[in-house]
Amino acid sequence: MAQMLEIRWHGRGGQGSKTASILLGKVCSAADKYIQAFPEYGPERMGAPVIAYNRISDHRVTVHCQIEEPDLVVVLDPTLTATINVTEGLKEGGKVIINTDLPAGKMKEKLNFNGELYTIDANGISEKELGKAFPNTPMLGAVIKVTGMFTMDKFMEMIRKEFSTKFAHKPEVIEGNMNCIRRAFEEVKSE
Amino acid sequence: MGTPIKKPGWMEIPIGGRIEEAGNAHKYHVGGWRIRRPVWVKENCIHCLFCWVSCPDSAVEVHDGKMHGFDYNHCKGCGICAQECPTKDKAIEMEPEDIENQFDN
Amino acid sequence: MGNRIALTGNEAVALAMKQIAPDVVAAYPITPQTEIVQIFSQFVADGDVDTEFVTVESEHSAMSAAVGASAAGARSMTATSSNGLELMFEIVNIASSLRLPIVMPIVNRTISGPINIHCDHSDVMAIRDSGWILLFGENAQNAYDNLLMANRIAEHQDVMLPVAVNLDGFIISHAVENIDIVANEDVRDFVGDYYPEKYLLDEEHPLTMGPVDLQDFLFEHKRQQIETLKIVPQIVQEISDEFAELTGRQYEFFEKYKLDDAEIAIVAIGSTAGTTKAAIDNLRERGLKVGLLSIRLYRPFPADAIVKALSHVKAIGVMDRSESYSNTGGPLFSDIRAAMYDAGETAKIINIIYGLGGRDITVKDLENVIGRVKEVQDSNQIAEKVIYYGVRE
Repeated sequence: MAQMLEIRWHGRGGQGSKTASILLGKVCSAADKYIQAFPEYGPERMGAPVIAYNRISDHRVTVHCQIEEPDLVVVLDPTLTATINVTEGLKEGGKVIINTDLPAGKMKEKLNFNGELYTIDANGISEKELGKAFPNTPMLGAVIKVTGMFTMDKFMEMIRKEFSTKFAHKPEVIEGNMNCIRRAFEEVKSE
Repeated sequence: MGTPIKKPGWMEIPIGGRIEEAGNAHKYHVGGWRIRRPVWVKENCIHCLFCWVSCPDSAVEVHDGKMHGFDYNHCKGCGICAQECPTKDKAIEMEPEDIENQFDN
Repeated sequence: MGNRIALTGNEAVALAMKQIAPDVVAAYPITPQTEIVQIFSQFVADGDVDTEFVTVESEHSAMSAAVGASAAGARSMTATSSNGLELMFEIVNIASSLRLPIVMPIVNRTISGPINIHCDHSDVMAIRDSGWILLFGENAQNAYDNLLMANRIAEHQDVMLPVAVNLDGFIISHAVENIDIVANEDVRDFVGDYYPEKYLLDEEHPLTMGPVDLQDFLFEHKRQQIETLKIVPQIVQEISDEFAELTGRQYEFFEKYKLDDAEIAIVAIGSTAGTTKAAIDNLRERGLKVGLLSIRLYRPFPADAIVKALSHVKAIGVMDRSESYSNTGGPLFSDIRAAMYDAGETAKIINIIYGLGGRDITVKDLENVIGRVKEVQDSNQIAEKVIYYGVRE
């Protein structure tokens, strides 16, 4: 991992981008990384574009501003790309992961982006595993695969702990979310 | 007589304006505010204690359930006691304060 | 060492409050402080903490209830932000002048209007002259640690003054970061129980608090506050040293970052201090001798120590996240300039007012700010005394 990994999450209110960033932060923290996870707070409206951030580092993070030059951009809703330049400020060699059932080549074309771009049908996976489109947990699986931060088994073990706290009041959704992550890890692709 | 007080400095007083001695208002004499003084007419008194109940300054002295006179250090001379005194021939008369006996306690 | 977990600033503050377990918490929710009250009231409801939680109808009442409880002899806390703090302003002053050791986290948010929920320091700066002890930090860890020390400072027999622990709204309060938490029993041992020397519910020694205090005595009571605040820094340091023994985390009146050999200094408060460190690292790589002084103890103001720490620099940029509307710059600028002037220091000092209403300030921005201070150093003159950074012209 680079000295500090900076991730910017693009989503819509209600899709769980903030939750995803916090879950990722908590897992990394439990793995002895220094982390930050924070949303860009604005009017919180279902469907409105929202942004969340992660910083993950081997050293304590002292910076407390938004991330302007991310290493990785995660897009929870492909329709956002029509109105938002999701690759803005992306570092040289930075990566993009998009929730879409379109092929990566097509998305690169749409974004006019020549770098590493990955796609994952997070909505499809979530609808199958949870009965509803919650793209945030599948996207976590894709992030873990693309960054190589953890092996799948290690991440699954750690995220289970987070889920057992987070979903203490509805444990029935834990397995579905676990499946979402596993499948996204396996299915994310750059072709 | 009203006591001239050498007021203590900031190092000598409790912090925060606390008054750490209970009931020390008793030490503060307000009798000098009086321009009329109540005078007890013992022979007319039926010891109903209406005066004692009515006094806003606890300046009616009562011993063993009997009226006993006034605490002129704390009586401000409002006259409520005389007003409330129910006897036909008043047991409390208000008289002009005079310079001779104003500070008689 | 210790127990590292990932929490938001507000979660860290609520956890500290649970570990301190005050006798009484009276609080009213306001963004961005709301989670503190919400999480803490859940602790109370779940029986995790044996605190009397008083739900009130306003911040004025929250501070009033805290004053009443503290006067009665209870360890009392509240928490607020922004307009909530301004609504309690009347009682904020009563808390300090009655010498009640109330502890209050303030999640810093701009004061209206126009209405805005985001961070700046205009809320706390409005109580800067109220006789409270004001502590700041750059991250959630600092907020947590300062809070664990706050009761000790406030309740110290030679202090008996309220303490506010400040953290930046949203930037810290709502961001998840790693926190090294202190074990419950260690907190209990460190904070200890509160046995006030004088309190209203002491039947054996009845006393009056808050009587009328006129021309003949009020000045003396103010002088007591002033003289007490003179010894507060020393007591803050003693307690901070004791905290360092427990946790390994050493706090001073301020943090110096690469300051000792610096020619240029930035003085900042709050989360921006952390971001400034990254800017300093970048510029140091390019050979610029720049350092940071990040204020922790703002009231009372440790002027002598600050002057000593800044005495060798040529130019200083003071970062204010609020205005004083005096046409002479922000509050921290006034404090720093007054302190330096008194000491006969000749460093050129400029003021950078930034981040009002939560406007983000990035590492690059801070590199630009340092560039402006460097211009002052190079030219040895001040072209612009107060710079409004990041506002559209």
